[in-house]
Amino acid sequence: MYEVIIIGAGSVGTPTAMSLSERGIKTLVIDSGNSAGQGNNKCAIGGIRATHSDPAKVALSLHSLKTFSTWKEKFGDDIGWFMGGYTFVAYTEEVSKALQSMIPAQQKAGLNIKWCDSDQIRELVPGIKAEGLLGGTFSPEDGSASPMESCYAFQRQAVKHGAEFHFGETVTAIRKNENFTVVTDKGEYTASKVINCAGSFGKEVGDMVGIDLPVYPDKHEAGITEPVQRFFNPMVVDISKIAGSANYYFYQYSTGQIVFCITPDPPLLGTDTEETSTFLPQVSSRMVNLYPRLGNIKVRRTWKGCYPQTPDGTPILGQAGPDGYFVAVGMCGQGFMLGPGVGEVMARLVDGKSTEEDEMVLNAMRLDREFSGTETLK
Amino acid sequence: MENKGRIDRHPVLSPLPDSWVKFTFNGRDMVGRTGEMVSSAVFANGEHVFGHHDKDGAALGIFCANGQCSQCTLIINGVPLKSCIVPLEDGMIVRSVEGLPKLEDLEPPLAQLPETIETDVLIIGAGPSGMSAAKELGAAGLGVILADDKDRLGGKLVLQTHKFFGSEADCRAGIRGTKIAEILAEELQEFPSINIWMESIVLAVFSDGTVGIRKPEGYKIVKPKQLLVASGAREKSLPFPGCTIPGVYGAGAFQTLVNRDQIRCSERIFILGGGNVGLIGAYHALQAGMTVVGLAEVMDKCGGYKVHADKIVRMGIPIYTRHTVLAAHGKENLESVTIAGVDQNFNTIPGTERNFKVDTLLVAVGLSSVNEFHHKAVKYGIPSMLTGDAEEIAEASAAMFSGKICGRKIADSLTDRSGNIPSDWLDKAEVLKSPGGNVEDYSEIAEKQGVFPVIHCFQEIPCNPCMTVCPKGLITTSGHPVKGLPKYEDGCIGCRKCVAICPGLAITLVDYRKNKDFPIVTIPWELGDQVVKKDQIVDVTEWQGCIIGTATVVSLKNAPGYPSTKLLDLAVPHNIANRVAGIIVQKSDVTKSEKINIEIPVSDDSIVCRCEHVTAGEIRDLLRQGVRDMNELKSRSRAGFGACGGKTCETLIPRIIRDEGISMDEITDFTDRPLFAETRLGIFCGKQSE
Repeated sequence: MYEVIIIGAGSVGTPTAMSLSERGIKTLVIDSGNSAGQGNNKCAIGGIRATHSDPAKVALSLHSLKTFSTWKEKFGDDIGWFMGGYTFVAYTEEVSKALQSMIPAQQKAGLNIKWCDSDQIRELVPGIKAEGLLGGTFSPEDGSASPMESCYAFQRQAVKHGAEFHFGETVTAIRKNENFTVVTDKGEYTASKVINCAGSFGKEVGDMVGIDLPVYPDKHEAGITEPVQRFFNPMVVDISKIAGSANYYFYQYSTGQIVFCITPDPPLLGTDTEETSTFLPQVSSRMVNLYPRLGNIKVRRTWKGCYPQTPDGTPILGQAGPDGYFVAVGMCGQGFMLGPGVGEVMARLVDGKSTEEDEMVLNAMRLDREFSGTETLK
Repeated sequence: MENKGRIDRHPVLSPLPDSWVKFTFNGRDMVGRTGEMVSSAVFANGEHVFGHHDKDGAALGIFCANGQCSQCTLIINGVPLKSCIVPLEDGMIVRSVEGLPKLEDLEPPLAQLPETIETDVLIIGAGPSGMSAAKELGAAGLGVILADDKDRLGGKLVLQTHKFFGSEADCRAGIRGTKIAEILAEELQEFPSINIWMESIVLAVFSDGTVGIRKPEGYKIVKPKQLLVASGAREKSLPFPGCTIPGVYGAGAFQTLVNRDQIRCSERIFILGGGNVGLIGAYHALQAGMTVVGLAEVMDKCGGYKVHADKIVRMGIPIYTRHTVLAAHGKENLESVTIAGVDQNFNTIPGTERNFKVDTLLVAVGLSSVNEFHHKAVKYGIPSMLTGDAEEIAEASAAMFSGKICGRKIADSLTDRSGNIPSDWLDKAEVLKSPGGNVEDYSEIAEKQGVFPVIHCFQEIPCNPCMTVCPKGLITTSGHPVKGLPKYEDGCIGCRKCVAICPGLAITLVDYRKNKDFPIVTIPWELGDQVVKKDQIVDVTEWQGCIIGTATVVSLKNAPGYPSTKLLDLAVPHNIANRVAGIIVQKSDVTKSEKINIEIPVSDDSIVCRCEHVTAGEIRDLLRQGVRDMNELKSRSRAGFGACGGKTCETLIPRIIRDEGISMDEITDFTDRPLFAETRLGIFCGKQSE
């Protein structure tokens, strides 16, 4: 008998297990993969930002940032944290206006962000295309870390505090009587509470208790280059759309590699993670055009992962369906950066100790919302 | 011209073009041959250290020289590139890689816009199997793209200066590999539907049924109806302390430097591994005028053909069976190697250590198939076949035959015809792949008159040109027509063709007709005319290398019809004449070992991942922490995340897992991801000069 069973040992489930076990709550994590983070966590590119348009996400991310940025100092593990900041660059009036209009609300939510002119951006990203550059935002306290190293570190911490992890086990059903019985292909486990952190399979795990979670994964390819000496610090994001693709972004990881990703437009729904021939020509033409120097860095590896999307680009968090069933799903590709913050909010919620800020976050991300808006920086 | 680091005369190879360009290496002015690979040019100038690793500062040198491992990376005109596949150009500025390279603020590379091309068949690899398949497909009029990452056709044939095994009819036995490459290349010219893409590296097989290829002029996305993976094999590595010191590299890399580019890369060599690659490597070293101080084989006997092993032992190269390399020593360059005997469980036996002063250690511990494109293609539903070494490691003679069969099979399936594969071909293909069989007992010939061949070949191997070449048909087989051991029957006319053609150099001719006391023994000779002189007294050996007496050199003449093969006539005392199989070339004093006073580091220090310099100890540590998912193991150790994409360590990590007593059933395999070879981002989008 466990107090909580978490389904999914990924970007969200693992830090949630850590937060719960730190509170002394007896927790079991079940995952079909054979080690932590084998779903979308290992496909994440590692960017961590509080630069969002939605105050609830800003709040979650600020908590996450605190966890990532202080981890090494607290626990000694190197999770690859690098505080290089984020810059969203503008080459059109439309993008420039959209970015600038968000700044007041972001600053109000506690984010350190400012608008930079073209010269300042060129200083941040030496060699970026000057022609047409109108400026961009810069949030110096955002950064990056290794998704897998972080996930393993969170897992170790959770295990240290008594959490159990069952790998290679697939949840097939959930029964609710007085308690929950979680049925897997290898056994049955009971707990008073269940948290659905199932990433791409969040909807299926919702179906097991009869609730409809509007989580629809779409596919994104990413790549990593050889490592080189550091030549720029921030994650560079271009949110302008062209035929075939929406935004794309890249940064230099703590050990020197460039990691990059692009968002296909229209989105490609599905959960397969097989590489396509479209990705490299598409992403390279945009990256090399924006930052010509990248033309000579060698691509080492590419992969594909999923963004479990919701209709409005905002996660679904909180109690849902039967009493004692909680969800932390629909991270829309931000599970890694939101994970530690989500874990804290979920642990406090399960423990009955939500703060005022938690209430604001849980209200904004509740299941029974309209799902009508669209997050500008999703 | 600049010949210090180059082979100025070779008994088999023709001189390379006398055309030179200037370049600099770390600011030093150097001269190299036009168009040779940068790695070879740097080697020819005496420089073997290609940089120092970012993680541990260790010196870096080449390992495969075959475009696979990335160890030869140099900064060429500002960009870090695998120097073994970059042709040298006039004025190149080359630098070693010291720690992390700097990404210079240069213009993106010029390249055509990416383009999608359809074809009937895409063949990956233009070696013996790929070329043989292409010929069949071309003959059927099918559109073929034959893509290869090297700058010339032939694959490993271009390194193979030795005569081929097999049969004359099926795979050109008795002809040298280098020549076979030329013949096959010429034959392909006849077929206009074959498009040859050289210096074209396959980067990935995609789920949308396409294959991404980097051509010199730009990135191409090929959509084939059928894929044929003929990408050969890559050399395995072995982790031991010092295994990454410059000077420790693959036997294939050695053949590339010596036989393709004619680089004098070593003076004194030790070889690890007694398969055909290691044995032939030793022979090639002798041909290039280098000293081979020994060869270690961990098993009771060499895995390669016995005729290969015997041949080098006869020349004076000691083979240490039941021995392995304990450690290589040196910092910037290899200084010595320590070998030791092993017991039945392959543990080293204390007190059996020997140390050899060498500048080069060739690692020839086996090959593994380069078959990842096929596996991806199958996963993504692209019709695909494997051929040659990519399917199964065997001799190039077998690869040619298997390529021919695959070519016909594909032609049949794409043209809706059938029955074009003769029924005996499949059996033949199996025969050509067979490894050496049992060794029969030596039986001495008693005859002391007339003229006759003595066949020093006592192990069944798929090879029979001696039977087909005899104008009188006097050499026959006791068993299988190709594999069976050759036997001579009376009636020899003394034409010496069997002596000249034998790829194993295992036939001598003994002629008592002129002098019964000192008959003339003719032995095949491929070491040029510098090594022996007329009237010289030489030590002669029996078939397995024991010295049995002396003989006098009578003459050294060309064997008509057999290019670069000479026939060495010796006057030999009659009592040993029938047993003479060769002469000692290396005196025993050059192959001596020395007493050791070097501390051997523990094997946990052995580098397993050459790219990221991950040690065996680091891998063990994670396994002992309970890690069983290769994805986690790789992510946490970084092994396999380097420039080569895990091509070397993927065969080594399972060994450590087994050493730890962990069953492979407990292990989750890692997810294989593109790219096959690192490629500049700008190549994928293309950029035209303005």
